[in-house]
Amino acid sequence: MKVLVTVKRVIDYNVKIRVKPDGSDVDLTNVKMAVNPFCEIAVEEAVRLKEKGIASEIVVVSVGGSEAQEQLRTALALGADRAILVESTANTESLNVAKLLAKVVEQEQPSLVIMGKQAIDSDNNQTGQMLAALCDMPQATFASEVSVADNSVTVTREIDGGLQTLSLQLPAIVTTDLRLNEPRYASLPNIMKAKCKPLATVTPDDLGVTLSAHTQLLGVNPPPQRSAGVKVKSVAELVDKLKNEAKVI
Amino acid sequence: MEFDVVIVGAGPAGLSAAYHLKKLANDKQQDISVCVLEKGSEVGAHILSGAILETTALDELIPDWQEKGAPLTTPVTEDALYLLKDQQRATKVPGWAIPAPMHNNGNYIVSLGNVCRWLATQAEAIGVEIFPGFAAAEIAYDDNGRVKGVYTGDMGISKDGEQKDSYMPGMALYGKYTLFAEGCRGHLGKQLISQFKLDENSDPQHYGIGIKELWEIDPALHKSGLVVHGSGWPLDNDTTGGFFLYHADNNQVVVGLIVDLNYSNPHISPFDEFQQMKHHPLFADVLSTGKRLSYGARAIAKGGLNALPDMAFPGGLLIGCDAGTLNFAKIKGTHTAMKSGMIAAENVLNALIQDGQSGQDGQDNLPDTLTGFTDAFRDSWLHKELHASRNFGPAMHKFGPIMGGAYNWIEQNLFKGRLPWTLHDTKPDYAQMKPASECPEKHYPKPDGKLSFDKLSSVYLSNTNHEEDQPSHLRLLDPAIPVKVNLAKYNEPAQRYCPAGVYEIVEAESGPQLQINAQNCVHCKTCDIKDPSQNICWVPPEGTGGPNYPNM
Ligand SMILES: Cc1cc2nc3c(=O)[nH]c(=O)nc-3n(C[C@H](O)[C@H](O)[C@H](O)COP(=O)(O)OP(=O)(O)OC[C@H]3O[C@@H](n4cnc5c(N)ncnc54)[C@H](O)[C@@H]3O)c2cc1C
Ligand code: SF4
Repeated sequence: MKVLVTVKRVIDYNVKIRVKPDGSDVDLTNVKMAVNPFCEIAVEEAVRLKEKGIASEIVVVSVGGSEAQEQLRTALALGADRAILVESTANTESLNVAKLLAKVVEQEQPSLVIMGKQAIDSDNNQTGQMLAALCDMPQATFASEVSVADNSVTVTREIDGGLQTLSLQLPAIVTTDLRLNEPRYASLPNIMKAKCKPLATVTPDDLGVTLSAHTQLLGVNPPPQRSAGVKVKSVAELVDKLKNEAKVI
Repeated sequence: MEFDVVIVGAGPAGLSAAYHLKKLANDKQQDISVCVLEKGSEVGAHILSGAILETTALDELIPDWQEKGAPLTTPVTEDALYLLKDQQRATKVPGWAIPAPMHNNGNYIVSLGNVCRWLATQAEAIGVEIFPGFAAAEIAYDDNGRVKGVYTGDMGISKDGEQKDSYMPGMALYGKYTLFAEGCRGHLGKQLISQFKLDENSDPQHYGIGIKELWEIDPALHKSGLVVHGSGWPLDNDTTGGFFLYHADNNQVVVGLIVDLNYSNPHISPFDEFQQMKHHPLFADVLSTGKRLSYGARAIAKGGLNALPDMAFPGGLLIGCDAGTLNFAKIKGTHTAMKSGMIAAENVLNALIQDGQSGQDGQDNLPDTLTGFTDAFRDSWLHKELHASRNFGPAMHKFGPIMGGAYNWIEQNLFKGRLPWTLHDTKPDYAQMKPASECPEKHYPKPDGKLSFDKLSSVYLSNTNHEEDQPSHLRLLDPAIPVKVNLAKYNEPAQRYCPAGVYEIVEAESGPQLQINAQNCVHCKTCDIKDPSQNICWVPPEGTGGPNYPNM
């Protein structure tokens, strides 16, 4: 069974986000980038399926600039077999990414597509769903457990206030939640081997997709800074401040 | 895994060695495998420097660095030196009175982290293997006691020492030669120096702690290329150190303070001295309308030639600040670290090539100790440069900042460092600490949150992260000493010299206790250096742990 896993290059979760002085976007110059944590979980899940003898080949795909090769190599070091970079820097909004991925799915014909439920930079949580619609495949989002048997996949989903279990016909699309697994570390020999694994680069043109912008980024604002607290001397003063300054009581 | 050469640390020294070795080997059509281990999550993540870069070594290493897009974009346009008299006043030192090594014409203001990132791409492009996220944890010796490589640390060990799900055992990396380029106070370098008695003929190493911030300021106040150095307030007369303020590109400035770690008053907090310093109008005028972007700290090895240990030992070399090649008269260690790496590369390659030519019998004929390196080092401009400034630090220490400064001016400007005597400074920094009761207490003003900040909000900006469930990487040789000796006698100075708030004395039921918040550690190595009881041993945490400095 072939598994397709998507990975996105995002700002590392340890890095404090800084907005450009003109408020036009987040400042990414010389900032540490990494594999989106949810995508890393997706790769790990695929590798476990391969270790169980269920998956036979793992293909990772990323849509992004040429720097995203770094994240694809990381995925290869974790155990994926080959990688595809859809090189495109303009218009990497969810719908465009989903359209490009749909073409890759059409070419690769995977039985299972595993994706992160969202990317920690844009937090959109929609590419998986869009891809499912474009490919006309069943989807199970927010997976915390995945098991594949015969021609179907059983997915436990994290939903508000509980768990839901779904069974989907393959081919299907699954998006991962945080608790699905704890990704492994890439070992040194595997990092070395990953450098020799195949990585193909294609363009949107190669895939026959013309991208157009559906959304426009107007501005980015950092959250307001919390002002320092004050110490009050008595309950009376507290009540007074709450009433007259904060006007909450 | 086996390589021809294993290099520990992707700083200027390690990367220059790797690049030079691979480049020379490629030019001679020799297939030589070179790998570099780096404990930071990426190259540059743990690099913190000023920095003003003198390009002497880079010009030799990659002559066409400009075309290759090296991030050297801000040439120094103006040099200024100030003595801060008190919290309001400053005296500008006239140009003629500035010691010659402190002139910066022709140098560049850079982010050394970004320079290293660039160097790493250049090295990878010619076939060097770089592995960020892997710390060399231990040294591997062969049966004859020759260094044969290093072991990386285990990953996925819990606080209690148990293997977690993600457990991955450490690996052995063997090389015909191993180059140690861990920077100031490398934890393996320290072991090598004692194992091979490399410092038998040198003075003890001397250190400073450098604390630095990156600010974005009002474009109207920004003067790209302006370099300001100086010393004085708020440091007291018994404490030496110096500050820097560089106007880099993108309306950013870096501001920092280096406090010499031979200070004697245990009440001193280098962090708070720095925070207070920024309230001086010299800084406040520039910063008060700006925004702090990043924070970090790193120790600096400044003993110079007198404190330089032997760099060659069986199986490898110590290079860069791991040995102590910094030129303190210039406060620059980058070009010297790079040059030491290049000399190392040339000598390692010679040994490997000679071995390849003579070793038909399958036996290796590699010399154990690269004595060729020692000779080449002695004949290099690097040695000449360090020799010329060998008295700079000891003079400051012996005669105090003013008279020492005068001595240095005369020696450096009139005699160009060629006076026939050598001054020595033989007491290690940790042994300078006096009992707390004998020293005046220090009361630092509360940070205002605009110019000055507390430790925690500062560490936050260093993007420091350590996997929480792992054994502490700050080891106490004797867990009783912090309270029994350090607290009793010195009011546990670790609470103050650590720039990241890692050490805290907390009241437990059984009495006071030292709490170690290891996940805040920015890997500056100050505790390993300055603990008066020499009881703290810094070891690398799980790979990738530590700061993630952008643009530092
Ligand atoms: C505040 C400050 C200001 C300075 N200003 C200037 C200046 O203006 N100009 C100048 O030329 N110099 C300056 N220096 C000095 C300069 O930064 C150093 O001399 C230089 O960085 C030394 O290079 P290095 O390669 O020897 O070590 P480092 O730059 O310290 O690099 C060592 C590398 O090795 C890694 N490492 C360490 N141990 C291990 C291990 N066990 N396993 C794997 N990796 C490891 C570290 O993470 C790091 O990346 C300054 C230093 C400081 C602290
Ligand atoms: S614990 Fe030691 S090495 Fe870490 S930040 Fe504090 S002083 Fe520096």
